[in-house]
Amino acid sequence: MRASESFLRRRALWGSFAGGCLLIAAASSVFVTLGIVYVLVTESMGFFAQIALLDFLTDTQWTPVFENAHFGVMTLVSATVTVAGIALAVSIPAGLALAIYLSEYARREVRETVKPCLELLEGVPTVVYGYFTLLFFTPLLQTFIPGLEGFNMLGPGMVMGIMILPYTASVSEDAMRAVPSGLREAGYALGYSRFRVAMRVVVPAAFSGITAAFILGMSRAVGETMVVAIAAGQNPNFSFNPTEGAATITAYIVQMAMGDLPHDSIAYQSVFAAGIVLFVITLTFNLIGFFLRRRFKEVY
Amino acid sequence: MTQKSFHDQHVTQLSPKTEPTPNTQRESLAAEVRKLSFWYGETQALKEITLSIAYRKVTALIGPSGCGKSTLLRSFNRMHDLYAGNRYSGEICLFPENHNLIDLDPFMVRLRIGMVFQKPNPFPKSIFENVAAGLRIQGVQNKKLLSDRVEQALRDAALWEEVKDRLSQSAYGLSGGQQQRLCIARALAPQPEILLLDEPTSALDPIATAKVEDLITEIRHRFTVIIVTHNMQQAARISDFTAYMHLGKLIEFAPTGELFTTPQETLTRDYITGRFG
Repeated sequence: MRASESFLRRRALWGSFAGGCLLIAAASSVFVTLGIVYVLVTESMGFFAQIALLDFLTDTQWTPVFENAHFGVMTLVSATVTVAGIALAVSIPAGLALAIYLSEYARREVRETVKPCLELLEGVPTVVYGYFTLLFFTPLLQTFIPGLEGFNMLGPGMVMGIMILPYTASVSEDAMRAVPSGLREAGYALGYSRFRVAMRVVVPAAFSGITAAFILGMSRAVGETMVVAIAAGQNPNFSFNPTEGAATITAYIVQMAMGDLPHDSIAYQSVFAAGIVLFVITLTFNLIGFFLRRRFKEVY
Repeated sequence: MTQKSFHDQHVTQLSPKTEPTPNTQRESLAAEVRKLSFWYGETQALKEITLSIAYRKVTALIGPSGCGKSTLLRSFNRMHDLYAGNRYSGEICLFPENHNLIDLDPFMVRLRIGMVFQKPNPFPKSIFENVAAGLRIQGVQNKKLLSDRVEQALRDAALWEEVKDRLSQSAYGLSGGQQQRLCIARALAPQPEILLLDEPTSALDPIATAKVEDLITEIRHRFTVIIVTHNMQQAARISDFTAYMHLGKLIEFAPTGELFTTPQETLTRDYITGRFG
């Protein structure tokens, strides 16, 4: 009797200890996020004390270190959105096609060779992608597109579309393969072709996983720094024209970080204001993804 | 003429089959299996099966696990062709054209032969779209015709009254038994020449099972049905003919009443009296 009581007590103690450890681990991610938000907000307070929010959002020039400084963040947002948009325009069709091929068409040996290669793309340092774009891909594009500037948004956007394939293709392929084979057989039993099974059965059933994959890729594209800093130029330019060069939010932040700015200057504080905008953009996409997933929730 | 009207005509040509026609107007056989053997890779799962499938009757395939009853069923719509390394020999002739299903294109075969699986497997779509799926691939585009045929199929599957007010809702909101009847409606909508049922009630509770059995009894005069079941009482209740299989061979095939009351083979007798299986 006694032995079993102490056993139960010890077990309960262990249980609460283990539970506590797991809680701390889980809470740390929340605290890190909150910490980031706190730093971003407090550091940019000084900035917004001097610059009106309306000017920040509507001005179309971004010249923080000029005598007559302008802080129109839309200048940086336009480049960020353009580059990320091009990346997605490349990555969504390419990623979906690749995922459908790997999951529905490829033989097992092919899949097991191609998938690790695809995931290797993730291991390439982004600075390599940056110089690849600047020195190889942009000159290549210039032979097709006259008037393409040396620094432009098209090249980095397209390369980034390839760069995020490990997220978009590989994660969506996982989601498609998780679709139960019974659903596929139901499609075939109605006389569906392989392609129709893929498009009408597998893709809708895996929709939430596919959305997650593309949101992940999108966040990555918006936050990517090296490729754009190297190949899209560092000149703030309010433009959605992909043949022009323009600094994205991340490119601006890294440029300022490399410079030598006094900590209380408004140019320094503008880094945090730009950071908040980046944070809000990524958060918005994650929320869109969340609602899309809920809307098209799959239940097997 | 537009493509739409062509397809609509095509469908109306098919539809007389759905009207009850006296058996005298056509062959009394829907299909005949002739010396059918089947291999999963190196393993032979069916050994020279010869079997007649009566037109607009229910034929049950029974036997212990691994006897090849599902393998035989899935040969009728060539489901085995989806997986590499499978091989057939012999014939499954579909009447009245006398087409050998084993020689036809598997996708064409599946347009003519419907199937319902062990586990309910509705598509992640609305109830309506699930039933319409097979019609759309057959080229039915006319909205009115589509909704008429969806309603008819849902009535045939004894599901219409339960879902008529929520056709646009997700099929996943239905209970397991309702989902299975939805799958039956989906298979019935294109008016298949043969309906294959692969243990359709094995995942259902007794009440849902009874509903499925009732609907099979209701549609038996309009559809040729082949059902695999591990439940002998079910075979006895709903089928007109029963085939008993053992280790890939057809042991005995007879009208259901005869097979269950006066089995000719020892193996059959042992199985139906519960001595093994």
